[in-house]
Amino acid sequence: MTTPVLSLRGLSTRFGSNWVHKGVDLDIPPGEVVSLVGGSGSGKTTLLRQMVGLLTPTEGEVRVFDEPLFAGSREAQRQRRRRFAMCFQGGALFSAFTVYENIAFPLREAGIATEAEIRELVALKLTMVELLPSHAALMPAELSGGMIKRVALARALALEPELLLLDEPTAGLDPTRSASFVALIRDLQQQLGLTVVLVTHDLDTLAALSSKVAVLAERRILAFDSLEAVMQVDHPFIQEFFLSERSARALARAQGA
Amino acid sequence: MADAIRTPELHLSEGCLSPAGDWTLLALASHANRLRQELAGAKATRWDLSALNRLDSFGALLLWRAWGGRLPADMVLPDGYATQFERLAAMDEAPVPRPPRVGVVDVVAGLGGALLGLFAHLGDFLALIGRLALDGLHLLGRPRNWPLKEFSANLYKVGVKAMPVSALVGFLIGVVLSYLSALQLKAFGADIFIVNILGLGIIRELGPVLVSVLVAGRSGSAMTAQLGVMRVTEEVDALTVMGISNYIRLVLPKVMALSVAMPLLVLWTSAVALVGGMMSAELQLGLSYGYFIETLPKVVPAANLFIALGKGAVFGVLIALVACHFGLRVKPNTESLSANTTASVVTSITLVILVDAVFAIATRSIGVPL
Repeated sequence: MTTPVLSLRGLSTRFGSNWVHKGVDLDIPPGEVVSLVGGSGSGKTTLLRQMVGLLTPTEGEVRVFDEPLFAGSREAQRQRRRRFAMCFQGGALFSAFTVYENIAFPLREAGIATEAEIRELVALKLTMVELLPSHAALMPAELSGGMIKRVALARALALEPELLLLDEPTAGLDPTRSASFVALIRDLQQQLGLTVVLVTHDLDTLAALSSKVAVLAERRILAFDSLEAVMQVDHPFIQEFFLSERSARALARAQGA
Repeated sequence: MADAIRTPELHLSEGCLSPAGDWTLLALASHANRLRQELAGAKATRWDLSALNRLDSFGALLLWRAWGGRLPADMVLPDGYATQFERLAAMDEAPVPRPPRVGVVDVVAGLGGALLGLFAHLGDFLALIGRLALDGLHLLGRPRNWPLKEFSANLYKVGVKAMPVSALVGFLIGVVLSYLSALQLKAFGADIFIVNILGLGIIRELGPVLVSVLVAGRSGSAMTAQLGVMRVTEEVDALTVMGISNYIRLVLPKVMALSVAMPLLVLWTSAVALVGGMMSAELQLGLSYGYFIETLPKVVPAANLFIALGKGAVFGVLIALVACHFGLRVKPNTESLSANTTASVVTSITLVILVDAVFAIATRSIGVPL
């Protein structure tokens, strides 16, 4: 068995006196696209933020690339952090920087590539996310929602991560843009062999992208399997989430496509 | 981890160059310079990429540059890597445009832009006052619409909460001023004039200006930042869409609150500063508290107090107006927020000192014992 890229071990989270998670275990093997679903308030985004170390779980441990997230020296942690990247829901682009500077920023910080190489790498990332070179000079405030997502993706890919975490990648996009963004993520995932973890509410996105689905409910991972297998699980939340009329339409659409 | 990083290498055998190991950003971190030189110095007729373990776009870019922007004629290219170079070829056809150079004309244009920007500021500021006046007139007949809750909340924030810090600063300034003056006065045997100096200086000048600087830094910046963030998060727009005037809800309560709170803060701070000065005078010169308190009203005419209160109100209105003016100009990015907050504080302090000078000239014959 291959070592998991990301694993959660007995993760528990408490906000005040309220346990959000209790003993969450999850192993994400390399090359998979895992969708994390759950009702609102079930702590999906919290879990995602714990995976990247923005939040510390009350109990339990997050391991990335088979090492604890916070193990080792500063330099070792920095090296480890370079191997994964996250796209935030609102893009989280640096609003004082142009698109070019936003994508170049992590490369400059890494200090490996020369300035001329950075120019070309930025151009390359822009073509990868299907943006035009002329967009490089724009400020984040001048971009549309779909473009912000693409620039955020380009910035996340700048350091060639092996693991990509996406928080609501298609939230706030119209269906056409959403579909093309999903196609883009899928193509890039296949080309680059990324492991992807995403949180989503959107069943179209879920059905089109994920190779595995993790259902978060009742403070733990209820099921973690392929979409078809998860849908067979007999649990009220899963039944309601996947088998409602609206969901059935979305899933049928995705399978037809 | 299972697949440890393999050092990127470049092997040369019989005119055939074959990169080996991991050619990824992570692996190349400490080898990039060496490999760049090796690639530049290498004279090869054939290339073989089949020994590569991993190749990412940075590694591909290094090779692509060494090849001069096209694939070598004679090479072994495993299928998996072909797309990398196709993308690089596509990228070469659409390079990122370079930012334009800054020339002399741009400097002149920048200067003109700054001047026009100043006029724009003046125009906007005037428009803000005009809107406020119109909205104020509109409110006259409609007491139900008065933003009284916001007013009282602001009064508490800018007034009551500023009391401790202004008292502390006032007290210390009073002590220092009294101590320094006492040293000089002692030399001339003019000890009793300490009351005149402190009384006039603090009540008429120092109190209002000191409080203005404190309030501009404390409340003015907070107002600009608050309005600015509300612009960024589109809360201001939401109010407009609901048909609620931003000026009545956001600007007017702030202006009203500061125009009421400032005179009171001036009174409070001046009083505490005088207490500080009095204590220092007692310690330094042996001037009794009773004498100080008894002499103060005799040497400082009451007109000074009214001038101070008037100044406080005017400065308060100025600070609030400037803060709101800059707050409403914030564009939705962090740079603009910080620039406008800075500009707000600097402008309001400068303006307060300018207006203070005007006050000094206008009231030069009032309240000064000859």
